[in-house]
Amino acid sequence: MTMNRRFQITLPLICFLTPVLLWLVLMIVLPHMDLLRMSLRAEDDFGNAIWSFSNYMAFFVEPIYWLTFVRTAVYSILVTLMTFIVAMPVAFYITKVVAPRFQGFLMMLLLMPFWVSELVRVYGWMILLRESGVINHFLIRLGILNQPIEMLYNDVTMIMGLVYTSMLFMAVPLVSVLESLDDSLIEAAYDLGANMGTILFRIVIPHAMPGIVSGSIVVFMLTLGNYLTPNMIGGKNALWFTEQIYNQFIASFNWNQGSAFGFLLLALSSLVIWVGLKLTRQKLSRVAQ
Amino acid sequence: MIRSLPNSRRYLYSYKLYMGLYFAFLFAPLLVTCVLAFNDSQFPYLPWNGFTLEWFTGDLPERVGLFHDRMNLESIWVSVQVAFFVTLLSVTVGTCAAFLFEQEEFPFKSALYFLMLSPLVIPGVILGISILLFSNTLGLYFEIRWGIDVPLFRPGFWLVVLGQFSFIATLVTLVVSARLRKFDRTLEEAALNLGANRFEVIWHITLKFLRPAILGAAAVAFLMSFENFNTTLFLVSSDTTLPINLYLQVRDGSTPVINAISFLLIVGTSLMAVINLYFSRKQK
Repeated sequence: MTMNRRFQITLPLICFLTPVLLWLVLMIVLPHMDLLRMSLRAEDDFGNAIWSFSNYMAFFVEPIYWLTFVRTAVYSILVTLMTFIVAMPVAFYITKVVAPRFQGFLMMLLLMPFWVSELVRVYGWMILLRESGVINHFLIRLGILNQPIEMLYNDVTMIMGLVYTSMLFMAVPLVSVLESLDDSLIEAAYDLGANMGTILFRIVIPHAMPGIVSGSIVVFMLTLGNYLTPNMIGGKNALWFTEQIYNQFIASFNWNQGSAFGFLLLALSSLVIWVGLKLTRQKLSRVAQ
Repeated sequence: MIRSLPNSRRYLYSYKLYMGLYFAFLFAPLLVTCVLAFNDSQFPYLPWNGFTLEWFTGDLPERVGLFHDRMNLESIWVSVQVAFFVTLLSVTVGTCAAFLFEQEEFPFKSALYFLMLSPLVIPGVILGISILLFSNTLGLYFEIRWGIDVPLFRPGFWLVVLGQFSFIATLVTLVVSARLRKFDRTLEEAALNLGANRFEVIWHITLKFLRPAILGAAAVAFLMSFENFNTTLFLVSSDTTLPINLYLQVRDGSTPVINAISFLLIVGTSLMAVINLYFSRKQK
């Protein structure tokens, strides 16, 4: 990209630019501007459409709305953290510990479940965990339980389900970033007498930071916007914010209120991603790769 | 610590145990779903009553197997069609975008690049509702202004296609761009010097070079579309895609037919994963 080279309108440029502009303007920019516009519209006492902040006011006045919002945000951060804690040793094992000839096989095993639809995976957990489910069946057979217990529809199971669903998006960036870590750095530290904790916190984690950030961003965003897993595993008690959006749109048919909720969710996810990038001094274009 | 350093036995064993548990956690739900597709029972529960294929082939009133289940077969067909059009659209536009961002210069390029990445960080639900709103606004406008009713602007097949395309195109762009970056541009210059025009160069040389990346991106696009739930949920009407249809069935209580479908999905996608991996391995 040289600044002094003057740009000219050529036929190839037009041919490439037109479909891309159509895509981004019609499918991304205008719909989100419409979302903002709809969220600022309301009906006055006479049923006329007016500009108003009332949809946003409703969010702050009704505790159920903003409590659900805060709950969703806090749980999403928790899920991101847990996904990292579970996936980090796995990525380290595959890249650094296991014999190289098993690496490809383990990598394939790691990826395989995520090619299957999220719905199928969630359904599998439902068959495992519900009152008449497989785990209860075995626990009763083994005499550990006298009566089946309902393991679905509580927060712990819901969080486990969310961790399971988003695992891949943490594991893959971690594997690729750890692959680029030179083993001799760890060997040198070991020879100089560093213990495992020191090696982990002074060498491995700092090196893995770009992967950690991009994994965390994707996991957080996917968890925040997930509808399926909280709805099916969490059930009625899920209180996930996407359900509020769905209810406003499909059940109450209050599109203005739903738009305000949608815009708030979008703002929150953008904010967290922006803060994450700023704190670690990274750019979105680098994280995307 | 790592494989080239001496490790205590306890460290290695406990690490292996952890990995074993992790993979059990990863595969348990899939395995159970598959096994229960063959259980001779009215419900997808244990105890095991013996092996049966009736949930695939059965045609009894109380036990309609998948191959005779009109509703599920139709939703599979809808999903295949949606995925086909999404793949076609997103591969075309995504490849254009890759060329645009890798080979062309124009004002506000980095801003447009940022915009192209944004679907990665927009939750699928939000994408779904904003496209629903915008198409509704357009539909109203066309009807009031010109009195034309445009079916495209109502929830349905084509809106689902467009909604899924809006974010899958970004993934295609990233995959194709990554390959295009490795392309040796002197090859293009040579062809240009020999009298080819820009489009001939792209058609005969660059696209040939990009073919593995484009095929890989197409496979991923097809799968992502086939199993998309969040965005589709808001744009779908009577012709439901498979994930939406399964969701509605699971919510109302489940039969082993769902296990049968899941079994086929798991086997199908695993095969695709293995094939994809095999080819990407060969490429290296």
